[in-house]
Amino acid sequence: MNLTAIKAIYVFEMTRFFRTLLQSFISPVLSTSLYFVVFGTAIGSRIETIEGVSYGAFIVPGLIMLSVMTQSTANASFGIYFPKFIGTIYELLSAPVSYVEILIGYVGAAATKALLVGLIILATAFAFVDLNIAHPLAMVAFLVMTCFSFSLLGFIIGIWAKNFEQLQLIPLLVITPLVFLGGSFYSISMLPPAWQTITMFNPVVYLISGFRWAFFGTAEVSIGLSLFAIAIFTAVCVAVIGWIFKSGYRLKS
Amino acid sequence: MSAIVSAKDVTKVYDSGFKALKGVSLDIEQGEILALLGPNGAGKTTLISVICGMVNATSGSITVGGHDIVDDFRAARSLIGLVPQELSLEPFEKVINSVTFSRGLFGKPRDDAHIERILRQLSLWDKKDARVKELSGGMKRRVLIAKALSHEPRVLFLDEPTAGVDVELRKDMWDIVRGLRADGVTIILTTHYIEEAEAIADRVGVINDGNILLVKDKADLMAQMGRKELCIELQDPIGEVPAALAAYDLVLGEDSCSLIYSYDTRGDRTGITSLLSDVAAQGLVLKDVSTSQSSLEDIFVGLVEDAT
Repeated sequence: MNLTAIKAIYVFEMTRFFRTLLQSFISPVLSTSLYFVVFGTAIGSRIETIEGVSYGAFIVPGLIMLSVMTQSTANASFGIYFPKFIGTIYELLSAPVSYVEILIGYVGAAATKALLVGLIILATAFAFVDLNIAHPLAMVAFLVMTCFSFSLLGFIIGIWAKNFEQLQLIPLLVITPLVFLGGSFYSISMLPPAWQTITMFNPVVYLISGFRWAFFGTAEVSIGLSLFAIAIFTAVCVAVIGWIFKSGYRLKS
Repeated sequence: MSAIVSAKDVTKVYDSGFKALKGVSLDIEQGEILALLGPNGAGKTTLISVICGMVNATSGSITVGGHDIVDDFRAARSLIGLVPQELSLEPFEKVINSVTFSRGLFGKPRDDAHIERILRQLSLWDKKDARVKELSGGMKRRVLIAKALSHEPRVLFLDEPTAGVDVELRKDMWDIVRGLRADGVTIILTTHYIEEAEAIADRVGVINDGNILLVKDKADLMAQMGRKELCIELQDPIGEVPAALAAYDLVLGEDSCSLIYSYDTRGDRTGITSLLSDVAAQGLVLKDVSTSQSSLEDIFVGLVEDAT
């Protein structure tokens, strides 16, 4: 294992993150604050509690997940797409590093950034609502797993994308709708029965539900099922990446 | 000397069906400077890309330092430094970070003194904290060289290193190349400038249309170049070269009106004076005298044309 190389990639990527602080930190925090103001305070004050939790607090896990998922995907996809776009990928391909090491470096950095954003949003949330986290360790574990699995997904998108438009396509057309419809801002039980059934096919539901359980101790689907869903999602991403590396898909001719 | 890079029957067919390499075999000796000459699209960059790991060969095998580039890619690639043709650099990064990154990527422990030495050698030390995008094209080329040298390669590939480069950098680059050679680093450069190959290379390889046409010591090529031909045009045609002039190995021209004499310009005596007086002694009347010399360019163009 070329640990020095993994560290080099990780540090290089993190430097980019801190260089673009405004874009990578402040913008997610700002947009989340806006959600709190609009949904939590303005609209939320007119909504009753959901499962005994005030609406302002209820949306916190969903908001964090929304940011973490989009951030992980965006960071990881851009991280590997940019070297392809500007041509510096030559250096990765000609270096004595294995694909696994490249993956650990890029996905590790992307997940770290998303985790930091998630934690900052959590801190921001405390400024707006009263929060008691029922299972702090489980909360962190869920957060970390989500960061890594969505960074894996982002890595796949970054390899697949041939241009900037494609890079935005999946996050915009798939991830954002799934997250919004995955119960970020409402309880699944509030939906009509038919929609409840459809929603169960949305993998994000299980992640948000599990994460919410870590906050409030109650969940719409069992915590075991949530863990199972995240494991399946990660396994699928790993399998796809394995195939990409084996075939050199869009990396090597 | 043993071959540090050895390619055997390497072919590359791209997905589009284009055959970029058609069975290239090449041994590059340890410590030499090899210039690969060839027109655009000849396969120079593809060959380098295959050796360095950016492109998979369709068939054939390559070893670097005795390590197979596929089965033992770590050992093989850690010996190699590559300066690509394109100015591919992360534009927003600082020069020093970009160079340090390359060293880390190749698994080498941090060595600030080494990085400083390279940056100073390339006149980049003053620019170490500048963002890459702020640099001129020539400076970017220097950064690429610094990146390739940051991990102390034993084999250095320079792909069209002087394309669009000013005189100053060219001079610096050749100084560095000579310095590296003195340290035993093997250098492979591709170029279409023949003077460049002449100035710096130990051996010259000519590649065209996916085939290596020849690999020769530059000295041999120079010897070929050092030959000059003296053409003596005669007033009247003659049937054959007079026996008295046999010692000069003259060739009778196709029109039977000229005698062609080959000689070595680097010799102490070219033999021209005695030849001319002997020709006159034979009673032959001279109409005109001209000399011609084949340059590396002629040899190169000839080879490329013969092959197509």
